[in-house]
Amino acid sequence: MDERRPDEMTLDLIEPEISVKVLKVIGQKSSRKRILDMGLTPGTRVEVIRRAPLGDPVEFKLKGYNLSLRKKEARTILVEAPEQVPE
Amino acid sequence: MAEKIIVALAGNPNVGKTSIFNAITGSKQHVGNWPGVTVEKKMGKRVHSDVEMEVVDLPGTYSLTAYSLDEIVARDFIIEEKPDIVVQVVDGTNLERNLYLTTQLMELGVKLVIALNMSDLVLSKGVHIDEAKMQEYLEVPVVSTIGSTGNGIHGLLDTIIERSSDKRVYGNTFDYEEDIEVRAEELEMILEKDPYFAHYPSRWFSLKLLEGDENILRKARGSESYPKIKNVLDNLDPDSFESRIADQRYGTIQFMLRQVCDINTSHLSGSDMVDRVVTNKYLGIPIFLSLMWAAFEVTFTFATPFMNMIDIFFAWLGEVTVSLISTDWLSSLIGEGIIAGVGSVLIFLPNILLLFFMLSIMEDSGYISRAAFIMDRVMSRIGLHGKSFIPLIMGFGCNVPAIMATRTIEDSRDRLITILVTPFISCGARLPVYVLLAGAFFGRDAGVVIFSLYALGILVALLSAKLMRGTVLRGEDAPFIMELPEYRIPTLRSGIIHMWERGKIYLKKAGGIILLGVVGVWLLASIPVPGSGGQFASGDIYGTTSSLLGAIGMLIEPLVAPLGFDWRIAVALLFGVVAKEIVVGSMGVLYGAGTNEENLAGILAAGAMSPLVGLGLMVFVLLYVPCFACIGVIKRETGSWKWTLFQLFYGTGLAWGLAFLVYQTGSRIGLLS
Ligand SMILES: Nc1nc2c(ncn2[C@@H]2O[C@H](COP(=O)(O)OP(=O)(O)OP(=O)(O)O)[C@@H](O)[C@H]2O)c(=O)[nH]1
Ligand SMILES: [Mg+2]
Repeated sequence: MDERRPDEMTLDLIEPEISVKVLKVIGQKSSRKRILDMGLTPGTRVEVIRRAPLGDPVEFKLKGYNLSLRKKEARTILVEAPEQVPE
Repeated sequence: MAEKIIVALAGNPNVGKTSIFNAITGSKQHVGNWPGVTVEKKMGKRVHSDVEMEVVDLPGTYSLTAYSLDEIVARDFIIEEKPDIVVQVVDGTNLERNLYLTTQLMELGVKLVIALNMSDLVLSKGVHIDEAKMQEYLEVPVVSTIGSTGNGIHGLLDTIIERSSDKRVYGNTFDYEEDIEVRAEELEMILEKDPYFAHYPSRWFSLKLLEGDENILRKARGSESYPKIKNVLDNLDPDSFESRIADQRYGTIQFMLRQVCDINTSHLSGSDMVDRVVTNKYLGIPIFLSLMWAAFEVTFTFATPFMNMIDIFFAWLGEVTVSLISTDWLSSLIGEGIIAGVGSVLIFLPNILLLFFMLSIMEDSGYISRAAFIMDRVMSRIGLHGKSFIPLIMGFGCNVPAIMATRTIEDSRDRLITILVTPFISCGARLPVYVLLAGAFFGRDAGVVIFSLYALGILVALLSAKLMRGTVLRGEDAPFIMELPEYRIPTLRSGIIHMWERGKIYLKKAGGIILLGVVGVWLLASIPVPGSGGQFASGDIYGTTSSLLGAIGMLIEPLVAPLGFDWRIAVALLFGVVAKEIVVGSMGVLYGAGTNEENLAGILAAGAMSPLVGLGLMVFVLLYVPCFACIGVIKRETGSWKWTLFQLFYGTGLAWGLAFLVYQTGSRIGLLS
C-alpha cells in the first residue's frame, strides 16, 4: 500500500523475540472484529514468540496470553516499526 | 422449596466453566486444557439454602459477537433466554482479556456474578488481586474459586442466591468518547420507541449497532424503524467505531487493573520454556511424531497382559457353562453366542482404557493445541485449518465427540469437510478388529500393520478433504486465530476419571447393543432355512449355509466376493454397521470361538481365513459405513441427509475399492495367501 509510512510495518514481518506496538487492524470485516476482540487494539504491545516449525502460523504474546495467527492474518495488522538495534 | 432460578456459567474458553459446573452439580462433564472442550449447553441441578438452581454450562466465548457455532450457542442463551443470574467464570491469570467479555455482559444488563477462578495459579504466580476493590469498581460481586478442586464453590452459591434476591439493577457501565455516546443516545431513542426491540437492552443494542455487529444489524433490518437507524449509521465510519469501541473497553479494563492488581506480564512463564522445545523449529515435528507413536505403543503393549487374563477367564467361563448346562440350545446360546460374542469384544477393554488415558493426557497437558499449531501448515495445504486437526485427533478415541468438536470451526464449509472426513480416523471401536486380525496373521509385525492402518485412515481423511475442497466444497481459507493455553501437568485423577467414563461406555455397549447383536447373529445362525429339514440350534445347521444367517450371507456374498470375503465376513460386516465391535463379536459367534479350545485369533490363524483376506478386511472396516451413533451425529451436525448419505456411499465405495486392490494385487503376485 502506497500510503504506508516508513515507520509502519505489518505484523507478519516482525522477527521472533521482538515486541512492537499495534497501530491499526486493516483487512476484512469478519476477521478484523475478531482480532480486535482478542485484544489486538491500537496501542497494545505484542511480542512475536516464534514461528511454527513449518514457518506458519506464528505465535504471539499479548496481554499476558499466547495467541497464534497465520501470516495472512498478521499481514492485516499494522504495527510501529521496531527501532533498529545495532548489530 | 419456594424458589427456582436459572444460573448460566459463561466466560472465555478454557477458564474452568465446566470444572465449576461439575463442582456445583456433581456431574462429570468433560474437562480439558484447550479452548473449545464444551460445544453445547449442558444442564444440571443443585439445591442450596432451599433454593433450587438450574445450572447451565455454556461453551466458551471471547465476546458477545459470535463467530462459530459453539459461541452462537452461548451468546443466544445469554441474550435470548435471559437466565436469572450469569456467573462469568474468569481466569485470574488472564484478567485483561477475560474482563473484555465482562464489559459486554454488564452493558447487556444481566445480573452478573464473577467467579475469579484459577486463584491457585494466580497465587503461585505471585500476583495479588484485590477482590474488594475489583468488586467496588465493577459493582459486581466477585468470588475466588478453584474449579478443579471445588474450593470456593460454597461461597459462590451463597453469592448467587444473595444476588438473585436483590431486585436492584446495578453494575457499572462504561462511558465511551463523546461522539460515540452521542450516536449511542440517538440510537437508544429510536430503539426505545419501537416495541420490536423491547426484548433487548437499548444501550447494549445501540453499541452493537455502532460496532457493526453483523448479527445485530440483521435483526435491526427486520424492524420498521430501520430507515431511521440506517440514517444514523450511514453518516459515520463504522470501521473506526468498531476499533475505537474495542479499544476503549480495553482501556477501561487497563485503568481498573492498575488499581486492582500488580500485573507483571511480559514474564517468561514455565509454559514458554516448554514450548521452546516442543514447538521448536527442528524438534517440533519429530516430537509430535514420537508422541503419537508413544501413545500408540502404550495402548498396545501395556494392554497385552490384561488381555491375556480376560481371555483365559472367558475360555474358562465358556467351558464351565457348556459343561453345566445340559439343554443343547441353551448351552449353545450361552457358550457359542453370548460368551463367544461378548467375550471376543470385552477382551479389548484394556486397549480402550489405555487409548483414552493417553488422549486425556494430551488434552489435559495443553499439547493438543500445539499439535493444531504445528500441523496448521499441513492442514492449510489441503485447504483446512489447524483447528480441524483437533477433531481428527479426538477421533482416535471416538468419532462421535470428535464430530461434535467441529463446532469450534468458524467457517461452515471447513466444518462440513471436517465432519465428512472424521469417520476415516480410526476410532477405538475399530481397534478390536485390527488387534484380532493383525494378531492372528502378522504375529510380531502386528504393531506395524496396525500403525499403517491408522496412517492409511489419516491419509484418506486428508486426501478426501483436499478432494472435497477442490470440487464440491470450494471456498476461501478461513482466518486462523487460536489461543494457545498454558501447559499444565495432567493429574492422574483426571486421567483415571476420563478413562473410567469411557470404560463404562464400552462396558455398557458390550452389555447392550453388542450383546443384542451377537444374540441376533446366534439366533439367525441357529434357525434352519425353511424346508431344509434341520433342527433349531442343532450342530449340523448351526453357523452353516443351511441356517437363515447362512442364507442371508450367501445372498450378499457376491457383493464382496471380489474382495475375497466369504459369507461369514459379509454377515459380520452387515451387523458391524450397528457398532464396529460387532464385527468381532459376530465372528466370534460364527467361528465358534467360545466353545473351542482356541480363541478366535487362534481359529483364524489356523486357516479359517487367509492373511490376505484379513488385511483386506481391516482396510474395509477402517473405511466403510461408520456406526449408527456416528451416522446419527453426522446427520445432526450437518443437518442434511444428503451429506450423511454422501459420507456413507463415499466411504463404503472407497472401502470396497481399496480392499479390492489389496486382494486382487495380493493374489496376483501371490502374497500372503
Ligand atoms: N489450576 C487450576 N486449574 C483449573 C482450575 N479450574 C479449571 N482448571 C483446569 O483448567 C482446564 C480447563 O477447564 P474446563 O473446566 O474444561 O474449562 P471450560 O471453561 O469449561 O473450557 P471450554 O469448555 O473449552 O470453554 C482444565 O484442565 C481444568 O482442569 C483452577 O481453579 N485451577
Ligand atoms: Mg467447558
